Amino acid sequence: MKNDTTPISRTAFMEELRRYQKGSVTRRHFLGVTGLGTAMAVMGGALPGLLPTRARAQDIGDRVVLATWPNYHDPANFDAFAQQTGALTQVNVFGSNEEMLAKIQAGGSGWDVFVPTNYAIPTYVMADLIEPLDLSKIPNYDAAAFDQRFATAGTIDGKVYAVPKNWGTTGIAFNSTKTGGIVDSWKTFFDGARDKFDGRVMVHDYQLTTIGNALVYHGFSFNSVDPAELAEAEKLLIDVKPHLYAISSDYQPAMRNGDAWLTMCWTGDGKQMNVDMPEIGFALGKEGGEIWSDYYAIPKDAPHKDAAYALINYLLDPNVNATEALAHGYPVADSRTNALLPEALLNDPILYPAAGALDPLEFGAAVTLTDPNRAEVMARFKSA
Amino acid sequence: MAMTQTRGRALLLTPAALWYAALLLLPLAVVLIFSFGERTPIGGYAPGFTLAQYANLPARMAAFRNTLTLAPVGTLAALLIAYPLAYFLAVRVSVRWKTLLLVLVIVPFWTSILIRSYAWIFLLGGKGLPALLASIGFEDIRLLNSPFAVLVGIVYGYLPLMVFPIYVALEKLDLRLLEAAADLGAPPWRSFVQITLPLSMPGVLTGSMLVFILLMGEFLIPAILGGGKVFFVGNALVDLFLQSRNWPFGSAVAVALVVIMLITVAIYTRVVKRYAAGRDDVAMM
Repeated sequence: MKNDTTPISRTAFMEELRRYQKGSVTRRHFLGVTGLGTAMAVMGGALPGLLPTRARAQDIGDRVVLATWPNYHDPANFDAFAQQTGALTQVNVFGSNEEMLAKIQAGGSGWDVFVPTNYAIPTYVMADLIEPLDLSKIPNYDAAAFDQRFATAGTIDGKVYAVPKNWGTTGIAFNSTKTGGIVDSWKTFFDGARDKFDGRVMVHDYQLTTIGNALVYHGFSFNSVDPAELAEAEKLLIDVKPHLYAISSDYQPAMRNGDAWLTMCWTGDGKQMNVDMPEIGFALGKEGGEIWSDYYAIPKDAPHKDAAYALINYLLDPNVNATEALAHGYPVADSRTNALLPEALLNDPILYPAAGALDPLEFGAAVTLTDPNRAEVMARFKSA
Repeated sequence: MAMTQTRGRALLLTPAALWYAALLLLPLAVVLIFSFGERTPIGGYAPGFTLAQYANLPARMAAFRNTLTLAPVGTLAALLIAYPLAYFLAVRVSVRWKTLLLVLVIVPFWTSILIRSYAWIFLLGGKGLPALLASIGFEDIRLLNSPFAVLVGIVYGYLPLMVFPIYVALEKLDLRLLEAAADLGAPPWRSFVQITLPLSMPGVLTGSMLVFILLMGEFLIPAILGGGKVFFVGNALVDLFLQSRNWPFGSAVAVALVVIMLITVAIYTRVVKRYAAGRDDVAMM
């Protein structure tokens, strides 16, 4: 992995291919470019006849449809859920909150449970696309056990519309052998892109983080929709563009094979790359950036509501949630679950950064999801 | 008798008519209606009658410019590569090998274009061709995520669509014409320019049109091999519908693309007609 210029060996190629299969085919960018939430992993599929037929306390139907993010669950838990309840989980994987919203807005999504990020929830409520949860059907949700920072966005006007799944950050992944050390500021990120890291830097194909971090570079809020501040961010992005390696949220393959040295990066991706290649590190931008929290919610027109509640309740069982966390590597806000996780994971600086490092970070604001100016800045940046 | 024939014809055409009405005309009408609407504050579509979306089209000028550059260049490159191949397959290869070689041209179609484009990421990435070039002294050549990579991808992806129409046209070529030309003292290049090329023109025009139309709507290859930096109208549409959810503006961009295509096809039809007329003159002589 050290030398870019040596052609890849056969074994290295197979390793790369396996990583590639494992790490990228379901990635956000892939889904983005195919334009589909249709990279569907149908778990078990349409054969309810094969299910165990023993009597069940409560009949919730034979299926439940979950719309979620890539590599965000332990498939074994869906099998166990089917064993217990008779309902097969059909998983639809998505690339962005915008795309999820587009699908629900268009109507007839057929989803029972989906996983919106904090900043998207107010829009769903405003558009009357989700309704308050009946918490009596989710006994495993114990509000007191959750870190409030990652739970409050689910509650609007005193009503709980969504319950927390995982949280994380958007920081910088860097290949330290190429960058010569830690990169922990957006200043170094964007200035380096035009200087010693020319042609080696990637930004997300995602307005929230790409524009947000360009705003943070200038000392503005990650969430700004102020036209003058957005214009500054746009100027920076367009200036940097010719020097970028790519505008893509599918950054793992390029980082792993050494083509890219520096990228905007979500917690879980940073952890996954760091485990396989210790020279790839992950740091939070010291000027700021994004902290986020994902939630479970039920669309108003969900066809299998009982099954939806049963699935959420099952996944929030601390024992189940702990196996989920071990599989996907994103931090959990539930203290009951954290009590079951290994010490090493809880002390991992990528997953659970020191509290001080989180201070400058901001949660995405609802307005960024729907602000037409941010969308146009992104379009002008991409087509420039 | 005539009555039955008409009714039978109508019956046979009904499935196609329904298909086009339900899946082509109706959606097209929806797109047209949407393009005069407005975006609601949270995205989507609100009814209205405004030309604002069309007035905003210049905001996607760069996407149209990229598409209208790379589509013709890609078509031309595909033609220059496909013609010799089709000629070889139709005229030079012995019958024994012909089927096998034709199948080989089709084989890539058995795998999704998505997977094949991803394969090019390996070939053009730092550990692929650039590494080979570095080993013979050409250091630090970067191919991936550039207009060049997109061009390679589209020529590769659409080559069979160009090869087959030209092959079919050349297959029917009467070799006795070439022999006669040779007997009359024409050098090979002259019989190619005066006989082979004109007779294969219908294939060339069909292939070019097929490839050009598909390239105009392309979004996958630029997104994968252009690293998100090479932006086609197709990419603008994907973003407008799936990211910013600006359906009215997205519809206006789609309508503009359809109009450009219609103009192109109209020009094409005229060229073909004029060409066919020219051929008749030749035949009469």
